[in-house]
Amino acid sequence: MELLSGGDIIVRALRDAGVNFVWGYPGGAALHIYDAIFRQDDVHHLLVRHEQAAVHAADGFSRATGQVGTALVTSGPGATNAITGIATAYMDSIPLVVISGQVPLTKIGQDAFQETDMVGVSRPIVKHSFLVTRAEDIAATIAKAYYIASTGRPGPVVVDIPKDVTDPNYKVAYRFPDKVVMRSYQPSSRGHKGQIKRAAKVLLDAKRPVIYAGGGVIIDNASEHLRELVRLLNYPVTNTLMGLGAYPGSDPLFVGMLGMHGTYEANAAMHDADVIFAVGARFDDRVTNDLEKFCPRATIIHIDVDPTSVSKNIEAHIPIVGTCSAVLREMVSIIKQAPQSPDSVAIDAWWTQINQWRAEHGIYTQPRYEPSAGNLIKPQDVIKMLYEVTEGKAYVTSDVGQHQMFAAQYYLFDQPRQWINSGGLGTMGFGLPAAMGVQLAFPDAHVACVTGEGSIQMCIQELSTCTQHQLPIKIINLNNAALGMVRQWQDMNYSSRYAESLYEDSLPDFVALAEAYGHVGMRIEHIDELAPKMRECFALKDRVVFMDICVDRAEHVYPMQVPGGSMRELWLNKSEKT
Amino acid sequence: MKRIISVLMENEAGALSRVVGLFSQRGYNIDTLTVAPTDDETLSRLTLTTGGDDRMIEQIVKQLHKLIDTVKVIELSEGAHIERELMIVKIKASTSDMRAELKRCSDIFRGHIIDVTAATYTIQLVGDSDKLDAFIGALVDVGTMEVVRSGVVGISRGDKFLHV
Ligand SMILES: Cc1ncc(C[n+]2csc(CCOP(=O)(O)OP(=O)(O)O)c2C)c(N)n1
Ligand SMILES: [Mg+2]
Repeated sequence: MELLSGGDIIVRALRDAGVNFVWGYPGGAALHIYDAIFRQDDVHHLLVRHEQAAVHAADGFSRATGQVGTALVTSGPGATNAITGIATAYMDSIPLVVISGQVPLTKIGQDAFQETDMVGVSRPIVKHSFLVTRAEDIAATIAKAYYIASTGRPGPVVVDIPKDVTDPNYKVAYRFPDKVVMRSYQPSSRGHKGQIKRAAKVLLDAKRPVIYAGGGVIIDNASEHLRELVRLLNYPVTNTLMGLGAYPGSDPLFVGMLGMHGTYEANAAMHDADVIFAVGARFDDRVTNDLEKFCPRATIIHIDVDPTSVSKNIEAHIPIVGTCSAVLREMVSIIKQAPQSPDSVAIDAWWTQINQWRAEHGIYTQPRYEPSAGNLIKPQDVIKMLYEVTEGKAYVTSDVGQHQMFAAQYYLFDQPRQWINSGGLGTMGFGLPAAMGVQLAFPDAHVACVTGEGSIQMCIQELSTCTQHQLPIKIINLNNAALGMVRQWQDMNYSSRYAESLYEDSLPDFVALAEAYGHVGMRIEHIDELAPKMRECFALKDRVVFMDICVDRAEHVYPMQVPGGSMRELWLNKSEKT
Repeated sequence: MKRIISVLMENEAGALSRVVGLFSQRGYNIDTLTVAPTDDETLSRLTLTTGGDDRMIEQIVKQLHKLIDTVKVIELSEGAHIERELMIVKIKASTSDMRAELKRCSDIFRGHIIDVTAATYTIQLVGDSDKLDAFIGALVDVGTMEVVRSGVVGISRGDKFLHV
């Protein structure tokens, strides 16, 4: 058997775990590992400019490909900088392995230089973590880390490795396990057959059903099964913010996103439903609004791979613990063989009702905002233009704020993994590094980062990373010269007292900034410039283009659920409520 | 109502902190917690008591299960079970009247006097938590100097047993 040092074992084990790319940033405790990376060609390292971005980039890569993302950081500040990235992945159940250097075992606990208890600091935001104390354990631990990260409900796993464990002078036999078996962790689950049968019956009996699909469908690659089920049933489908693309956004059976900024028709349908078929969704507070008023007449079927998600916020009448793909597949085959078919009279009447809601207040049946004119560019129109120019086929990453909600509402995602945003943690700064990860995975695809002038400045340094690794992403900056979402809440709840949400006079010249990093900058101030400039932007295949688009500063995101109300109680614009 | 949950865990570094962290992170209370290796040294057994309604206990059990190091979880208080707690009490016992009274009281509760000085008695008592509470109650007038309790351990009654 080959004898290798701990540092070499790490890199070899990454290779054997199927890793091609590692995003990271070096430092003292990780230098043996970095030297091992230097001496081989199988695993490619991409240097970022801040460890938060390394984790977000690995995360974006994972969301776009379904593979586990990998990041490597040093101890102390390197590790703590990674924390926001890890928490972001944790909240959205994204499989990552984050390897952190640690001070030598002999120094642990002594407040050594750059010592942070990484396992302790990250504990509440990881699926699992390891502190490796022997070079002999590295390969098996890395194999376990990838296995745990990617199975069951996925999530980030931290592997903390003290520097002396990677000592180049201490060599041990290398063996990467063919298979990981853990008596304490046996995730895969196909769902209880009897429960699935019961659920199928309830679904077929339904008069006013809604299929409510979340990010779990995307993570588990179950989108095809969902589509097949919907084809059989002809029922309305809504997706969560995390689930956009699980069911095609441009399909007539799709009633739009639900929740706080969801469509009227999706929220009203949920409220009036007699059966809610929740799959890979977790009844988040940004979806349900007031739990007491949530969907009063619905029988709830809830499919989730994580038993703790089921009946956590909303009691499920028919809980099914299993992977979305396995349960949906089984459900499709049961429904295909069932003697009964859906109640077409009731379902037709239900569609008539839903179409009436669409006509009354739907954002897709007609624009519900004042149109763009002259120097007043509406952010919604920018997203619609992005959709048109990229023919609905771009990967769109986003940051957090109004721009994120406009992108979610107006870019109709037809494919899973096309829409990449921080839904659970809501991390400003996610968009740009996530876009780097996507572009690395798909060098020829259009990758657009829809952002705001606030969010983009949280990881702006990564423009340099894009230069170094030739990642020609397109930045669509909806510049409203404000922390727009904060300002919207201040308009609605604080009599327009804009506490610390304005900074107009101190914003940078984004065009000059982009150029300083070697990229193309564009500033768009007039609606007539938007189409030609956007086309020009996406025609520049090999360049990063920063489109700084001055949008209406007063615009709000609507619909918006009225706090403390039921799902269907919405503000439709600044003065009208349902 | 007091609920007793028993967990078999991999005897790994950090496993206990994950359990404790889970409780604080999710806003659950831990009333007592004991942990020690089992006859199989790769496993630890952890017993904790907590309060809460059925829904909360169900969540706690599920969340404990979800921890990667957890091998088995059961709620002992759901079925017939035996629970025991150990208590050691140090009490002022300086006069012969006091000593006689404490000895009587200790005997009634099947306690043992395990240390004696000119001024104190140290009494050991084993039982379920209610019994230990009752003993403390009986001593209010005397006044205890120091009370140490081990927290609850428990096991199912009958043929049922918790194993890998
Ligand atoms: C790291 C972080 N800090 C603070 C917030 C709170 N927050 C949510 S949206 C928002 C404003 C975002 O401004 P901008 O990026 O310009 O987007 P806009 O809403 O203007 O489109 C803030 C501060 C957050 N989500 N993330
Ligand atoms: Mg803004």
